[in-house]
Amino acid sequence: MKLLKLVPDNTNIGFVKLRHWAFALTALLTVLAVGATAYRGLNLGVDFVGGLMIEARFQQPAQLDRVRTTIDRLGVGDGSLQQFGDPRTVQIRLPLPEEGGAGAANAIVEKARRAMTAEFPGVTFSRYDTVSGKVSGELIQNGVLAVMLAVIGIAVFSWFRYEWQFGVSTFVAIMHDVLMTLGFFAVTQLEFDLNIVAAVLTIVGYSINDKMVIDDRIRENMRKYRKMDMKSLIDLSVNETLPRTVMTSVTIMLALGALLLFGGHVLRGFTAAMMLGIVVGTYSSVYVSSSLLITLGLKPQIEGKGSKSGLAAQAERMGPRDDGARP
Amino acid sequence: MLNFSRWAVAGILLPLLIGVLCAIPSFLPDNVVSRLPQPLQTRVNLGLDLSGGSHLLLEASTQDVAKQRLANMEEQVRTELRRGGERIAIGDISSRGGKLSFMVRNPAQVDAAVERIRPLTQGAGLTGQRDFNVEVVNSSTIVVTPTSAGIDNAVKSAMEVATEVIRKRIDEMGTREPTIQQQGGNRIVVQVPGLQDPKALKDLLGQTAKLEFKLVDTTANPAEAAQGRAPVGSEVLPYPDNPSGIPAIAVKRQVMVSGEDLTDATQGYDQNNQPIVNIRFNGSGGRKFGQVTSQNVNRPFAIILDGKVLSAPNINEPILGGSAQISGNFTVESANQLAIALRSGKLPVALTVVEERTVGPQLGADSIRAGLVASIIAVVAVAAFMFVSYGRFGMYANLAVAINVLVILGVMGILGATLTLPGIAGFVLTIGTAVDANVLIYERIREERRRGRGVVQAIQFGYKEASRTIFEANVTHAIAGGIMLALGSGPVKGFAIVLLIGIATSVFTAVTFTRLLVARWLRTHRPTEIHI
Repeated sequence: MKLLKLVPDNTNIGFVKLRHWAFALTALLTVLAVGATAYRGLNLGVDFVGGLMIEARFQQPAQLDRVRTTIDRLGVGDGSLQQFGDPRTVQIRLPLPEEGGAGAANAIVEKARRAMTAEFPGVTFSRYDTVSGKVSGELIQNGVLAVMLAVIGIAVFSWFRYEWQFGVSTFVAIMHDVLMTLGFFAVTQLEFDLNIVAAVLTIVGYSINDKMVIDDRIRENMRKYRKMDMKSLIDLSVNETLPRTVMTSVTIMLALGALLLFGGHVLRGFTAAMMLGIVVGTYSSVYVSSSLLITLGLKPQIEGKGSKSGLAAQAERMGPRDDGARP
Repeated sequence: MLNFSRWAVAGILLPLLIGVLCAIPSFLPDNVVSRLPQPLQTRVNLGLDLSGGSHLLLEASTQDVAKQRLANMEEQVRTELRRGGERIAIGDISSRGGKLSFMVRNPAQVDAAVERIRPLTQGAGLTGQRDFNVEVVNSSTIVVTPTSAGIDNAVKSAMEVATEVIRKRIDEMGTREPTIQQQGGNRIVVQVPGLQDPKALKDLLGQTAKLEFKLVDTTANPAEAAQGRAPVGSEVLPYPDNPSGIPAIAVKRQVMVSGEDLTDATQGYDQNNQPIVNIRFNGSGGRKFGQVTSQNVNRPFAIILDGKVLSAPNINEPILGGSAQISGNFTVESANQLAIALRSGKLPVALTVVEERTVGPQLGADSIRAGLVASIIAVVAVAAFMFVSYGRFGMYANLAVAINVLVILGVMGILGATLTLPGIAGFVLTIGTAVDANVLIYERIREERRRGRGVVQAIQFGYKEASRTIFEANVTHAIAGGIMLALGSGPVKGFAIVLLIGIATSVFTAVTFTRLLVARWLRTHRPTEIHI
């Protein structure tokens, strides 16, 4: 049987050569992403701005206009409507009353339920969330803190394990991934809620996974080919790991694709974010973090320093690989 | 690298077997699982977003506790100084700025007053810490300031009592498997699965259920009461259902009997078939109630719930039996709710819902189905892709993934972890990343073959070199997962649990388990060429 190979053997693509173009493009995209986030803002869900979210499920495809007038007639403040998933599901967002806590929010849900059932017989509220301003503030804080800690924690890990250049390049690349994801949410105006924070953290986790594999290969090749200049060495390492990079991206995309198409509407934004993150993360492994190592001045002859920075480095000093393999 | 002793084989297969076995109860129907012995009921709990139900985060206001405590203290000081042979006359007690201050009329009695107040300020514990500080300023004014340790203690004990009361109330409602947990200093998380409509639950939790009986002040002018003015010793309370139409009524400050003296409360009907709540007092409560009602025949008394007058019936005859009924504008449902609230005692502090998430059971069931379908399709797609890419080795990886999925479920069952909707996403993602380890190994083997290494050597090197990379990549991945678990709330946490368990088990199945399979094949077939 002929086995499938997505990437031909022994590729030799000059990734490093393109790095100035790639940097320019990356910088431009990142600026655009930040700009979009700042200018359009994120469509923050009730998790982060507080309020009331009702997901109503109708017997027939919902007429948004009629739903809107029904909600407006309640006089409980400015509502916003959105088709969600299939045409029979509508998401209604309402502001939470300032005063009154539990009772007040409850009363609004009941009022809405009564009005909607009168207007559209058979409608059900398949879920609803109410989050007070105070709690939503804490959720934002925790979300931002979690993402920042993850990025910093991972950068510190790769700094201790390798040289500082790896830490910095990883940090920059992951920040790039996070910012691009934010930009994606700003442009599409998909709802940004707690689940998306989990998605962003997963992107961070995946992206770092990807970079570790390439960084590890760079380290290995640095020991193996001490005379090779850094540019060819990084090109070699990226090319050597290219089949794996592509294979893994494809398998994860297959899994996420199944989730996007069949996983139900609640997870759709979450899955879309992750799929984007996989693409962005893979790109940044090749073009941002690896190429940045050259700009940061990583030199092949740093054996002395490397040996001090971690257990693995110590173990590797026992000798470079000489196992009779013929290149 | 490729030689396994008998013990090593057992050491690899046994945990996997246990993990897979522990996953089985999750697929069995309820009635079968409940017949298994307790340690074997290793089932994955479904989160509220899958089973349907309500998640409520309740918050107590600490200021409220402090205020209430100050009010109690004021009452105690008043009674203490009025008591006994030597009465100490004082001026108005001000409670501004969170502390009590008052003037002692006779400067000679200041020391005596301080002497008598001090014992009231001693904390309940053995630490000897004071709950309040007592000082004299300007030689005749006494200031009683609550200490922060005192407030903290009060909040803590109030929260403990509140959690207990809530537990009782929810148990009385007869819902299954509720989770009630204190969170942080002043919050309580309540999770009730499978509830169609949490309105009743929230109404019940929103009630403080402080019940008081007070005499109505018949000397008060109703018109003045409507404007909030009451004679000395009385106060004006809201009375929404007042038959006279004025939504307020003046009642005596002194409490006849309070809800603390209740032993039971049940919903019932009065002679006109209107829903009411029947209550029964304990011994001392019954005596007090009997005494006051005998002295006040033909006068009205007020039934007050959470500061609002429910009704003000007339005392037609002394009520001596120790039981009474509360009438008001009840429906059967609201009377029943009040009965439950009264039975479970009053909340020491009012709670507000600061976060609520409710998922209908229908949506939950839809999500499970969608998640299952997506997982199966993901597994099939990934497995097919692995097979066409790596042939026999791809099948080894697939077997590892299949076992991995079961082991994750098994470990979650053993830990009693909860599977949420984002958790299912974590699952699907784990399927994608679990094969990454195999991809790393197999690509490495391909590379080593291209470099001209022999079959066995290439496989050995592939596993050895890739293992290091896999370890490093997974450690960093676990850092992200650990942070999610520590800082995340709700959905993020559910996702992180699956991710972390998946990282741990997938390294084991993808690296060690497939190595075992490959080694076996090499030993039995001794291939000279491999298709990879």
